[in-house]
Amino acid sequence: MSTRTAKALRTPGGLSVRYEPRAAVAVVLLAVLTVAAGVVLIGSGDFPIAPGDVVATLLGDGTMAQEFIVEDLRLPRVLVAVLVGASLGLGGAVFQSVSRNPLGSPDVIGFGQGAAVGALTVIVLFGGSPTAVAGGAVVGGVVTGALIYLLAWKRGLHGFRLVLIGIGAAAMLTAVIHYLITKADLIDATRAVLWMTGTLDGRDWAQFWPLLAVCAVLVPLVLGHGRPLRMLEMGDDAAYALGVKVERTRLVLMGSAVLLVSAATAAAGPITFVSLSAPQLARRLTRSPGPNLAASALMGAALLLVADWAATNAFGERELPVGVVTGVVGGVYLLWLLVTERKAGRI
Amino acid sequence: MRAAGLLAAVGVLLLICVASIMIGAKPVPLGDVWHGLFHNSGTGNDVLIQELRVPRTVLGVIVGVALGLSGAVMQALTRNPLAEPGLLGVNAGAAAAVVSAISFLGVTSLSGYVWFAFLGAAVVSVVVYVLGGSRSATPVRLALAGTAATAALYGYVNAVQLLDSAALDRLRFWTVGSLANADMATVRSVTPFIVVGVVLALLIARPLNAMEMGDDTARALGAHLNRTRAMGMVSVTLLCGAATAACGPIVFIGLMVPYLVRALTGPDMRWILPYAAVLSPVLLLGSDVLGRVVARPSELQVGIVTALVGGPVFIHLVRRKRMAQL
Repeated sequence: MSTRTAKALRTPGGLSVRYEPRAAVAVVLLAVLTVAAGVVLIGSGDFPIAPGDVVATLLGDGTMAQEFIVEDLRLPRVLVAVLVGASLGLGGAVFQSVSRNPLGSPDVIGFGQGAAVGALTVIVLFGGSPTAVAGGAVVGGVVTGALIYLLAWKRGLHGFRLVLIGIGAAAMLTAVIHYLITKADLIDATRAVLWMTGTLDGRDWAQFWPLLAVCAVLVPLVLGHGRPLRMLEMGDDAAYALGVKVERTRLVLMGSAVLLVSAATAAAGPITFVSLSAPQLARRLTRSPGPNLAASALMGAALLLVADWAATNAFGERELPVGVVTGVVGGVYLLWLLVTERKAGRI
Repeated sequence: MRAAGLLAAVGVLLLICVASIMIGAKPVPLGDVWHGLFHNSGTGNDVLIQELRVPRTVLGVIVGVALGLSGAVMQALTRNPLAEPGLLGVNAGAAAAVVSAISFLGVTSLSGYVWFAFLGAAVVSVVVYVLGGSRSATPVRLALAGTAATAALYGYVNAVQLLDSAALDRLRFWTVGSLANADMATVRSVTPFIVVGVVLALLIARPLNAMEMGDDTARALGAHLNRTRAMGMVSVTLLCGAATAACGPIVFIGLMVPYLVRALTGPDMRWILPYAAVLSPVLLLGSDVLGRVVARPSELQVGIVTALVGGPVFIHLVRRKRMAQL
């Protein structure tokens, strides 16, 4: 189907680029949706601002009060949400593509738990600052990623083995998390459970800049490996025959994805199911094969913004952490995915 | 040969029970154990043994039996070496139901929330079985369905804890899986359920043997497939629900023990079930004793020890050659 819809753009000099119109339109639409959701989210809260005023304020034409609210309070939160969502979507797309399984996404196979163990260790045992907690999350996520990769490695990487070993590791890590929570006093325990649910409350520029630095390096790196990744989906042997350096590509991609997911987790806690659902939704939207990296990243950002809006506005006075919304919606989506995948005979 | 092995296993279980009575924050010498058990005269050690160590040991034994048997029955029913109540979300279902009962309905006593644990365990085991593909379930599908259910349910448990910090304070100890708060009232209220579950499990040993060979062969051999499945599910629900209500979700016991037992006895369920029933409490109590020793003067909850011991066994299972072609 995709070969039929793909078009080539030729220049007089003899260069050509192949592109798929539907995928390109989907990417543009998702970008527009992300920006629109961001503007609405900035405008909503205890002090509502109309979307037009938000745009004006962002362009520098707002009142003092509006500038303070938009630029100091709400803009950083929205930007963090965009980057976290994009990192999770992109990381999830890479994992699902490498494991060749929609369920091989980081939140099913234990990275969330690994990052949570790192962060909780810092919270409970050292009473660390938010920066130290973020560092702990990154270390925990990366170590977990390396361990799962090594354990799943046995004359090549088998998708289901990666998933099952991840599930085993997740069970062990969950035990460690529970242990750390019982060790804590009630205040630290509440902080730990809140962190584990994943929230964007109180995110400011301090979380934004490190995350932006990580994304600025890794997102282009991953997007640049989109073509070899697409060939990897056809199997190691076929990809090798097509000239892909299989192991190196996979290591670079998995490493980047683990870092992206860990950095996102460090900034906002383990927000579940975004990395599972974003690539799947993006794939259905673009209807093109392959990992759909750019569309997945944008879909992740849009999803997280909408979920955050729902979490803060849909429950009346009570603001819930965004992780509760993504957890419940994503859990239902995961079950639906299991049913449809089974009917299609893919798992 | 296998009978002698079973006797030896019972001997090991008795030794572990004695060790469980002796070892703890305050060690009790062997002579005092005898005295405390049979000539209770109210000395400090006698009270300690009667009030704390004996209930804890007894609860460990019956919960161990329950978890091991439910794992063995589940693996036989699904013909799947990875089937395990903890992994398939049954314990999480019980946990979610108990959490709801504690937080929303104000249920505080064990005899009150044991029913919610059964309800949660029953609903989730059916849901996971159906999602996993019912008859055509493969190990991967079941494990994934279980993981999905567990993830969603624990998300819910976390959310409830977050909205109700009094519940968090009570639940964070319960959700770990611990024998530390055992008393004779707990033992008394779960024992009837576990006894029924054990009897049901032992009754279906023979038809389960037939079902190992596939549905058609089993039917030809005269096994009642649906009746066996139904009895198996009831048994698993009773055993898991009671065990989870008594001491919180404990994972991997039901995975490890039947796997190890199968290596000892071969595939005959009539031997696997008794062996699993004797060796699971050995593992559970052993983990509990280990948890009391490694983190002195406080202790490591048994659910944590079993997960840390069982995780590597699970990963080893997955890495085995045959499992690679799931």
